[in-house]
Amino acid sequence: MRSPFRPDNVPDAAVLDNHRPLIRSLERRGLIRGGLSLGALVMLTGCDVKRPASVQAALRAISRMNDEVQALLFDPNHLAPTYPSSMILRPPKFNAYYDVMDVKPVNGETWRLELSGLIADKRPWTVRDLQAMPQSSMVIKHICVEGWSYIGGWTGVPLRIFLERVGADLRAQYVAFKTADDYPSSIDMATALHPQTLLAIKYGGETLADPFGYPVRLRMATKLGYKNPKWITALEVTNTYPGGFWEKKGFPWFAGI
Amino acid sequence: MSQAKTSPVTAVRAAPAGRRLHPLPVRIMHWINAAVMLIMITSGWGIYDDDPIIRGFVFGSFWRLGDWAAWSLNWHFAGMWFLAINGLIYLIYGIVSGRFRERLLPIRPAEVVQTVVETLHFKIAHEDLTVYNAVQKLLYIIVILAGISQVVTGVAIWKPIQFSGLVSLLGGFQSARVLHFIGMAVIVGFVAVHVALALLVPKTLWAMLQGGPRVKPSTRVQRGVKS
Repeated sequence: MRSPFRPDNVPDAAVLDNHRPLIRSLERRGLIRGGLSLGALVMLTGCDVKRPASVQAALRAISRMNDEVQALLFDPNHLAPTYPSSMILRPPKFNAYYDVMDVKPVNGETWRLELSGLIADKRPWTVRDLQAMPQSSMVIKHICVEGWSYIGGWTGVPLRIFLERVGADLRAQYVAFKTADDYPSSIDMATALHPQTLLAIKYGGETLADPFGYPVRLRMATKLGYKNPKWITALEVTNTYPGGFWEKKGFPWFAGI
Repeated sequence: MSQAKTSPVTAVRAAPAGRRLHPLPVRIMHWINAAVMLIMITSGWGIYDDDPIIRGFVFGSFWRLGDWAAWSLNWHFAGMWFLAINGLIYLIYGIVSGRFRERLLPIRPAEVVQTVVETLHFKIAHEDLTVYNAVQKLLYIIVILAGISQVVTGVAIWKPIQFSGLVSLLGGFQSARVLHFIGMAVIVGFVAVHVALALLVPKTLWAMLQGGPRVKPSTRVQRGVKS
């Protein structure tokens, strides 16, 4: 099966033939000279007063270092505090990079969870398959990077049990997700294996409602809200850094709490 | 040298003889802290504006560091290392060198009241830079405590699950967040007074750049006698 993580449009090999003379005309010295002037140009155009390119690069470097520190601070055995079911907010708070009115519901009957990467059994999963798996419930605090928080109650398949069942390489670095709303996301393996990391299919004891990720979404007690993709359509286990929707725009990747 | 060996007490007394009011390490740490505080406060405003604590109150883009929340966060998470490490070295230095004890203690409530009254009568006594009045001492102690508190509440809202014990001690995540905001307000209040006074008495500003007058070895004794 073709990996859902490969680009949809790959250029035809014929483009190489069409540009053969141009490729041949490229000289290394010219490339270096061009590179230098391109560098100078970048420095000139990078003079955005608010975020110069050099400052942005430095901040990104520190953010990557912080990812490492956060991974060290993450205790795989430390459980997040849980709360009584009576405190569950109903319905949960909706938040996405678009308005709730723009949510496109997913058809649970035709929905499949595609698997790829370092996984032994890559057969796609149906909603019924997920429902048949052992379930776990948790009432935890959802903390958004913006600052707000609420208590939510989630039920689903512990990601660890799922990864073990499909024969994923648990020594791999990343678990990556693709979603129906084009919100790629990825997490570290240590967090993927944490007992409070679920492939959630229920909220407050009821099937997930459309705006909150039906049929399945990720819910982790140990990461900020934006790390929890909804309407998951594909899962990949990989050693190549997969990034994510907000991470590409500058937000920290690890985002552990 | 041999004298210092035979009598450690004399050595301690003699050491500050030629020392400046603000030794070089203090000046370096002060200006690093000034820059980092500016970064932490203005980037913090950028993070705040994404979900205001006080309904209807935002700082606005002019006052924010970072053109939107992601970059305010990145500034904040970069600045925090400089703030915490510089602050930690400052605290260790202040305690080990005796500077805190020497400059900030003791504070007597009566002196605080007296200084407030004098200030209200526009009698701002700053002729002797080497002696802090009671209100100065109090403000410096408050701002040092506020700085420590910012690091503690900051850690709590950065890692509310890993340090869930600390968060419950602070009364929960939202309460820790409000405490972090209040700490900022205290520091901003201090900075306003501190900068205003430094500009009113420019020699204090010069002292923090060049080191200020040499502190006499007997300063400690004199201060005890001073009314």
